[in-house]
Amino acid sequence: MAEKHAITLNANGKDYRISVEARRTLADALRDDCGLTGTHLGCEHGVCGACTVLVDGKPVRSCLMFAVQAEGQAVRTVEGLAKGEVLHPLQKAFWENHGLQCGFCTPGFLMLATGALEAEPDLSEAELRDILSSNLCRCTGYQNIIKSVCAAASEMRACPPSADR
Amino acid sequence: MSAIGRSLKRLEDRPLLTGAGRFAADNRADGQIHMRVVRSPIAFGRIVGIETEDAAALAGVVAVWTAADIADLPPIDFRMTRIAGLEPYRQHVLARDYVRYVGDPVAVVFAEDPYTAEDAAELVFCDIEEEEPCLDATAEPVPFMPERHPGLLSEPATIVKSYGDIDAAFAGAAHVLELELKVGRHTGVPLEARGALAVHDRETGMLTMYGAAKVPHYNRDSIARMLGLPQDKVRLSEGHVGGGFGIRGELYPEDVLVCAAAYRLGVPVKWVEDRREHLMAANHSRDQVHRLRAAVDPNGFVRGLTDTFFTDQGGYVRTHGGTVSDLAAALLPGPYLIPAYRVEGHIRLTNKTPSGTYRAPGRYETTFVRERLMDAVAARLGLDAVEVRRVNLIPEDRMPFDRGIEALGTHVLYDSGKYHDLLERTLKHLDYAALRSELENRRAAGEAVGLGLAFFVEKSGLGPHDLVRMAVLPDDTIEIVTGAASVGQGVETVMAQVCSDVIGMPIERIRVVHGQTDRIPIGFGAFASRVTVMTGSAVKIASEALRDKACALAAPLLQADIDDLVLEAGRVVSRSSGAGIGLAEIASQSAEALDAEGLFRADHMNYPYGIHVAQVRVDTELCGVKVERYLVAYDIGRMINPMLVEGQIVGAAAQGIGGALLEEFVYDEAGQPLATSFADYLMPTAHEMPPVEVLVREDAPSPQNPLGVKGAGEGGITAAGAAIAAAVDDALGRPGLVTRLPIVPTRLHASLYPR
Ligand code: FES
Ligand code: FES
Repeated sequence: MAEKHAITLNANGKDYRISVEARRTLADALRDDCGLTGTHLGCEHGVCGACTVLVDGKPVRSCLMFAVQAEGQAVRTVEGLAKGEVLHPLQKAFWENHGLQCGFCTPGFLMLATGALEAEPDLSEAELRDILSSNLCRCTGYQNIIKSVCAAASEMRACPPSADR
Repeated sequence: MSAIGRSLKRLEDRPLLTGAGRFAADNRADGQIHMRVVRSPIAFGRIVGIETEDAAALAGVVAVWTAADIADLPPIDFRMTRIAGLEPYRQHVLARDYVRYVGDPVAVVFAEDPYTAEDAAELVFCDIEEEEPCLDATAEPVPFMPERHPGLLSEPATIVKSYGDIDAAFAGAAHVLELELKVGRHTGVPLEARGALAVHDRETGMLTMYGAAKVPHYNRDSIARMLGLPQDKVRLSEGHVGGGFGIRGELYPEDVLVCAAAYRLGVPVKWVEDRREHLMAANHSRDQVHRLRAAVDPNGFVRGLTDTFFTDQGGYVRTHGGTVSDLAAALLPGPYLIPAYRVEGHIRLTNKTPSGTYRAPGRYETTFVRERLMDAVAARLGLDAVEVRRVNLIPEDRMPFDRGIEALGTHVLYDSGKYHDLLERTLKHLDYAALRSELENRRAAGEAVGLGLAFFVEKSGLGPHDLVRMAVLPDDTIEIVTGAASVGQGVETVMAQVCSDVIGMPIERIRVVHGQTDRIPIGFGAFASRVTVMTGSAVKIASEALRDKACALAAPLLQADIDDLVLEAGRVVSRSSGAGIGLAEIASQSAEALDAEGLFRADHMNYPYGIHVAQVRVDTELCGVKVERYLVAYDIGRMINPMLVEGQIVGAAAQGIGGALLEEFVYDEAGQPLATSFADYLMPTAHEMPPVEVLVREDAPSPQNPLGVKGAGEGGITAAGAAIAAAVDDALGRPGLVTRLPIVPTRLHASLYPR
């Protein structure tokens, strides 16, 4: 078996000391070594975006990044979005607007939208649609996803959630 | 307030929103090993040998199997539509003697780590003597496996159905039209790829497979039979399922392999496929060519129709048997009278991925075909396309309408429908005349814009029956156990709403357990838009029984006459005294358990119907098609949760648009699949999706079930190919131009600018 590297992954503010082969993807490390299975794999070749996480605040396809590359950076996954029982405005909006069916793509969309809206809270619907078109959903036809993100965007503008990293 | 008909938020969402979902790949067991499938790189050939030594020698590899190691396992049998003669075409879990498509499993590797399993799989060498692949289902049948089954050809069966006097229809016809139409190969492609974890408990002898979907009970029985285990020693458990669409949850070779391996190797075995495998190994669908002849009156009435079609079913006949072809043959006439009809459907095997059902199987294809015919009639006779539909639609006073043929072994009897009425409502919703003239103005100004309309009839609620059990638990919640399955469509919420409507308990206090074979002895799962109809009706029946039992048990406790008792907001209350008692309290104070069972039977399917309207703009240089606006009008009898119904329709419409414009499994001349990634198999993104308007009607409830419901899951996709094809014709002013789906730029360009 190939050589392993001891690294520390910081996910959702918590340090995970893990030992991984250089070729191990960030997605696999999060899922299998850190037990954070909320990050999903829909294609493993960078198209579907189900694996989207935030790395130092930026949306990243975790299937296209190696775990060793993420060392020393702050990774955020869907598990870190809610504050205890209190859902993030995006999670709430997806629930209220039926922005998910099977829910497999949902973590990726939530993290993509979180990253986009934290960077630029005033995105228009057209800009949001453009950003959201980088992820795939096979169930919803996107209409309610866009509706959810727009609803959350206006709520986040009204009362911005403190972005903890 | 009634809980039915309200857009309540879904019960299932919280874990899915917080990352706490349990999808197939999220399961793990201590000591698990990982399975990787070695797949044929060749479309058709005879297996000379498979060299596994190098793979087996790799550190971390536990075992490598080829067909010889599991020679005792029978092929995978049919779940539906078993037709005489299909047996020799079934697929073994690992290829024997021949490979028949690129992706055919030839060996499996088991290793301690998934990366190692993948490394080892690459070391397995398949020595295959290539044969000429067959890639055209309309060509003359060829040998299936020349040496193993001498004389057996690649046409397993032909389905013939007919009604009416077809000769007379043609004899007196004013016009005869002939058309050849093709629907390409595409499929469900759920965003979660397939996966499973099998665990064999030595002590109890129980073999459990996690990651089941769609038809867990049926698959439990099949796996037990194939492995020679008693049925009660096999358990299937469904977690969250990342989309079904017909393809997920059928019994695939890999499911049987993980179970066999867990049992024989004595350790938990996990398998998760990658997307490339999924696109060449999970069921494909569609892929039909139809040759139509229609006898037409001067006013556009179709008096007779014949169709010869070919279904390209790929390398083997899988669990669906002849389902898709049978449905296509039976439901092609759709909403129209068409008094005489004869169809001959050829099930043909080729050297492509085997195929099965995909959302609206047989109806997406035949709706395209039939509606193209209606447009062709209009064009040939110089009539308005909507008027041709009016002339042919089955009038309301002919309902229930007996089609005189069978589908899936049940008599086709359209239970209810107001087809003309829905057509007029749709036109009114669109302000059709104004919309047409607006588009004409845009065309006059040089834009290639057009409108297409297509009518469809769906079917839902396949029997034979469904059972649910229901009990009041000590914490004053109700638990409903059903043999249905959930593929992400909101089953828990819908069932809870039906129950809440009778019991008055808020849906948050109702728990729905599904897809667990150890919780209920029978279950038919989730397919054919059957869950709301069949399981929903069973839940209603059980809820009413629970209500009656609660009142009966409460009568002595409240010292009241049973006729004086009513169930209100989850409590039994005496109308005269006002005294009341909660359900959990009744249960705790009674000797008998407070529970109930509901069994619902149905001999016939029911038939929701609707209309798709597409407005498109064609880029006449690059030949891209942009859908500007989309409408689905759909009568489903009665809605349990309008928000979920709309979600189903919009989601299905996206898939329909994908199948009409983007999605296609293309093969080269050697049978190599060219669409094995999401970069090549294109699905709609938020960019390609137009705003979808939904006009749901409840004008024709089904008389066949106590809720009046019809299935809502498929109608959003059914007429998409048909409507978009008509819109493209209209935009280009070229009636009959589109004869093939998907309408990809290369083909559209070739037909617009022939060389
Ligand atoms: S799994 Fe990473 S983009 Fe699809
Ligand atoms: S909700 Fe199923 S893939 Fe998006």
